[in-house]
Amino acid sequence: MQSVNFFEVIRAKFPEALQEESTQAIIIPKEKLLTLARFLKTHEPEFDSLHCLTAIDRKERIEVVYIFCSLKAKASLTLKVYLNINDLKVESLAGIWKAADWFEREVYDLFGVTFLNHPNLKRILNPDDWQGYPLRKDFTHPNIVKKP
Amino acid sequence: METALKESKCITTEEFLINMGPQHPSTHGVLYLELKLDGEVALGCTVHLGYLHRGMEKIAESRTLTQFIPFTDRLDYIASMNNNLAFVLAAEKLLGLEVNARAKYIRVVIAELNRIASHLLGIGCFAQDLGAFATPLFYCFRDREKIVDIFNELCGNRLTYNYMRIGGVQFDFTKEIEIKIKEFIKYMSNKVNDYEWLLSGNVIFLARTKNVGVLLKEVAINYGVTGPNLRASGVKWDLRKDEPYSGYENFQFDIPTGINGDSWDRYKVKLEEIKESLKIIEQAIGALPEGDPTVKAGRQHKLPVGEAYMRSENPRGELGFYIAGDGSFNPYRLKIRPPSFSNLSVIAELVKGCKIADVVCILGSLDIVMGEIDR
Repeated sequence: MQSVNFFEVIRAKFPEALQEESTQAIIIPKEKLLTLARFLKTHEPEFDSLHCLTAIDRKERIEVVYIFCSLKAKASLTLKVYLNINDLKVESLAGIWKAADWFEREVYDLFGVTFLNHPNLKRILNPDDWQGYPLRKDFTHPNIVKKP
Repeated sequence: METALKESKCITTEEFLINMGPQHPSTHGVLYLELKLDGEVALGCTVHLGYLHRGMEKIAESRTLTQFIPFTDRLDYIASMNNNLAFVLAAEKLLGLEVNARAKYIRVVIAELNRIASHLLGIGCFAQDLGAFATPLFYCFRDREKIVDIFNELCGNRLTYNYMRIGGVQFDFTKEIEIKIKEFIKYMSNKVNDYEWLLSGNVIFLARTKNVGVLLKEVAINYGVTGPNLRASGVKWDLRKDEPYSGYENFQFDIPTGINGDSWDRYKVKLEEIKESLKIIEQAIGALPEGDPTVKAGRQHKLPVGEAYMRSENPRGELGFYIAGDGSFNPYRLKIRPPSFSNLSVIAELVKGCKIADVVCILGSLDIVMGEIDR
């Protein structure tokens, strides 16, 4: 996990990129995500695999976390997009990495983040008629029993 | 014959949908495939998941890390030890804990034994899916039983072991267990040849698997396919070599790869990996360091504010855990990145143009476990 080296490279091209103190992850505004993703796919060291995609609910915002891998350079990179809780929309990466298709459906299912231009944005783990987003911190369900 | 029928225009054909699963013996759990067929040829498929969804990631948010270890047993229940290992490695990375050398070696021995057990089951079930009724499966179960016996003696469980601990392992190896493992290496080294003789040289097996479900290198990487399925497509990528953890850098072993990425290669890579795993176990058990691998520290760990991601090479691919801590005893967020999830996502691509019997073959060769896909 050597995301530090790539930060300078990305910073040169995308001056709005920031680095998160505690995790060394790179934060990018959501408007720039798609261009940065294309840049990462084609530019050295060519992140050819989207290894993992998830999200974290921080109450006032939701962080979407992308982990890219380059099999050639044996490198990986963690990228984050902060989404305001009132505007949970971000571009889909399914057109660049096919792996994003199911990963994004999962994040949509569990967090309610809408991925724009996704080929088939439907719930994946929960039933289609499920109400609410289970991994949000404020999720409630009548069947949930509070631990004593 | 089919084209002749179509051309004669005597018979009108139309596309139709057929449901495969959720209760189907070849779906390795509860998977529901909606196949679009033209006669016997599949034109595509829609995958429906979630029948085993237990909300493990949500459960983790109200458990301590140690309390969550038994839950990881139930992800990929064929390879529980490897899941345990992946999880404790992630936890140790977040907490910044070091593990002593003996614990590392014991973990490697156990993880590789479980890898053999898992691949044996994968091969046995694959042959069963192809219609080799019972015989290969019984051979595989006979040998897997020996590993399960060792685990049973080690920790008292046969399927869900709950053996690894944050900072070490639950029990040390006894002299008897070491002898048993050494005997098993000798026994298994001979038995691997039986599988070569039983399956690899079988004409029907070859005809059913060669050039069926060809997964190209680029497609595999693009879909995030990992593990033996990726290596079968000719990519030499194994975390044990490329991102070594738990002392794997100390052992000599090869990474078997395939050429065409078809079902045959996926089977063959698994079989070769059994041989490599035996090599690793032999080296590790022969050079077991002295010390106490059990954990004396408490079971409660206060998680630091921060995030850690750790992945390790499971029998089915790369299992990763993303743990975010917020200063309390419970993880703020725990993401499980299961290998089978991405491995299964490629199926819609693979079944296009296949006969319906080959769909079963492809599914068997991908060797998925629904427990970790649905979580």
